[in-house]
Amino acid sequence: MTEPILRVENIHKAYGPTEVLRGVSVDVRPGEVVVIIGPSGTGKSTLLRCVNQLTPPDQGRVWLKDVELTDKRTDINKARERIGMVFQDFNLFTHLTALQNVMLGLTKVKRMKPTAARAKAVMELEKVGLADKADLYPAELSGGQKQRAAIARSLAMDPEVMLFDEPTSALDPELIGEVLEVMQDLAAEGMTMLVVSHEMGFAREVADRIIFLENGVIADEGPPEQFFTNPKNPRTREFLWKLTELYGNHGEKGSRRSGRRGR
Amino acid sequence: MAVTLAGLMAIDIVGELEFIWRILPELGKGLVTTLELTALALTAGLVLAVPTAVVRTYTRGPLNWLFTAYVEVFRGTPLLVQLFVVYYGLPEMGIVFDRFFSAWAALTLNSAAYQSEYIRGAIMSVSEGQLTAARSLGMRPLQAFRWVVLPQALRLALPAWSNEVAYMVKYVSVVYMIALPELFTRGAMIRSRTFKVWSPMISVAVIYLGVVIGITRVMDYVEKRLRIPGLESGHGGREY
Amino acid sequence: MDYFLRCLKFILPAAKVTLLLTVAALALGLVLGLLLAVARIYGRPPARSFAAIYSRVVRSLPTLVVLFLVYSFVTIVFGIRGVTTAVIALTACTAAYQSEIFRGAIQSLGTGQMAAARSLGMTKSVAVRSVIIPQALRLAIPSWSNEAAIVLKDSSLASAIGTTEIFRRAQQIGAANHDYLPAFLACGLIYFCLTFLTNRVLDYVQKRYRLKL
Ligand SMILES: Nc1ncnc2c1ncn2[C@@H]1O[C@H](COP(=O)(O)OP(=O)(O)O)[C@@H](O)[C@H]1O
Ligand SMILES: [Mg+2]
Repeated sequence: MTEPILRVENIHKAYGPTEVLRGVSVDVRPGEVVVIIGPSGTGKSTLLRCVNQLTPPDQGRVWLKDVELTDKRTDINKARERIGMVFQDFNLFTHLTALQNVMLGLTKVKRMKPTAARAKAVMELEKVGLADKADLYPAELSGGQKQRAAIARSLAMDPEVMLFDEPTSALDPELIGEVLEVMQDLAAEGMTMLVVSHEMGFAREVADRIIFLENGVIADEGPPEQFFTNPKNPRTREFLWKLTELYGNHGEKGSRRSGRRGR
Repeated sequence: MAVTLAGLMAIDIVGELEFIWRILPELGKGLVTTLELTALALTAGLVLAVPTAVVRTYTRGPLNWLFTAYVEVFRGTPLLVQLFVVYYGLPEMGIVFDRFFSAWAALTLNSAAYQSEYIRGAIMSVSEGQLTAARSLGMRPLQAFRWVVLPQALRLALPAWSNEVAYMVKYVSVVYMIALPELFTRGAMIRSRTFKVWSPMISVAVIYLGVVIGITRVMDYVEKRLRIPGLESGHGGREY
Repeated sequence: MDYFLRCLKFILPAAKVTLLLTVAALALGLVLGLLLAVARIYGRPPARSFAAIYSRVVRSLPTLVVLFLVYSFVTIVFGIRGVTTAVIALTACTAAYQSEIFRGAIQSLGTGQMAAARSLGMTKSVAVRSVIIPQALRLAIPSWSNEAAIVLKDSSLASAIGTTEIFRRAQQIGAANHDYLPAFLACGLIYFCLTFLTNRVLDYVQKRYRLKL
């Protein structure tokens, strides 16, 4: 078996007296797509933010290949270049056009020349089908277009791992498909992805492994086949049932709020 | 009262217009001084306002208290008092500035205090997610501020800043109290020199009206040119 | 320090004048400002234009220009002198700014309130008085607080037309002793306390009468 590219080991995180994460470990191998599901407020966003240290964990370690991100001596900014992150509410830079959004990381972080950065940014926008929207500001894009531009912005940095935090839960149902399509293509190209999402169709088709996070611990884990048909934990079946019952096929609408709470 | 009204009616219009024509060059010189002081105070004020806003938004402790005290004191006292402390007070401590520099210093410190408030408000209204996204791309905190937060904050503060421009043009006139010959001072000097109560002041008023309306137009145009969809904000700032 | 205290003692009685100027100008300005705002929105064309032009012109002029013009006008035409001239001049200024504040507040109420009142059979003027203005006043409190602080500080300019308020007193004692710094610092301190007090009072008023839309 290949070495994991991302190793998350025994992460603990508390906000005040409430322990949000209570010892979570995940290994992700190159090219693997891991989907995390779980009730809102259970620490899914916190887990992703612990990976790239936007939220430093209280305990536990994170490695990207052989670089320990939780080590104080690591240049975390260098490491973050290698980890793309996509947010529930896009967080496109409001004052920049789609193209400038993609260029900013290239010119300011990677110190690319503007002409080279522009060429690369155009390419990335083409990949997500937004070449014709390059000069529009975020406010002029639809939700789906915003999220695709945000994905392009991350991809432009040539990351080794991509983190997705409920990338479709702020979208109107008819716009979810275009974003999932981009993610699916990305997975097919062999990108390593850690995805929080309640799009069960996407999970079933694309995920190599699904993790059920509940109350700050991994309650269940397995490949989609086993996960959907024969879960180890009875709570998993209950949660999956609730997902389809309450939120239809489009996952956990109620979690829109939980994403914001984490900020 | 009837007599005075009759006196008012009997104004020699042609004579007054000739008089106004003769004082125009002097008022023009005053206007130049007014505009110079305004421009210098606004730009220097902006340069001071950005770090002030940053310190007040992002730091705690003594430095924050110091800058907060500065802003509160300058917003809580009249510009006139600030001007007199600088012009009459500081020389007693051995710090002597000339008239123009004193006026510039007082106007700058005053405007910087207000401008820093607009910018601080604007920084705080830039959503946390913008900073998070910048950091997740690998930007250092200062880079994220410089390239993501600050441009948005300045754009959001622009309407308040436009108001500040018009406000400063008018408030520069308080330097009359230290006899610095800008537009209003020159009008008042002509008024007392010639004993003409109306013509000089009305001329001054008309010039201010034109200048302030002109500035408003220009700033509206600037705002339109710098418009970014999604970054509009209400007006605000010191109304003019 | 001793001299600083003497300055405070000398200046402080004039705080009465400063407060009188401020309160009187604000109160009269409130009435005129409301009238101008209502004229601007609900008035007939001539009243409408008058209100608009008045507000535009006065807001384009430095307070000192308005002070000088109004001072000359009321002394020459009406023979009025003393503090009254300053009150009238400051009122003329703040009425224009307050009219904008109230206009903004009334407009943010939208047309629904007026329509609802009229559908109950109220006349336009009754609707304005009993439905629009009470709400607009409350909405206007934050901007109005700002304006109050500005008028308080601008009242120092009345010294230019000979009103003996606190700034003038500071000038007097400073000149008499050829020692200005403590005098103006004392004067600044008084202004600072007055602004602080004004803000606290108006914050309280705002909390008390907050209107949720
Ligand atoms: N910055 C924070 N400060 C305090 N509590 C937080 C913070 N971020 C998240 N939380 C809390 O941690 C819990 C988990 O949040 P989150 O990771 O966003 O959950 P999820 O993404 O699974 O919905 C929630 O109860 C939330 O209120
Ligand atoms: Mg979340």
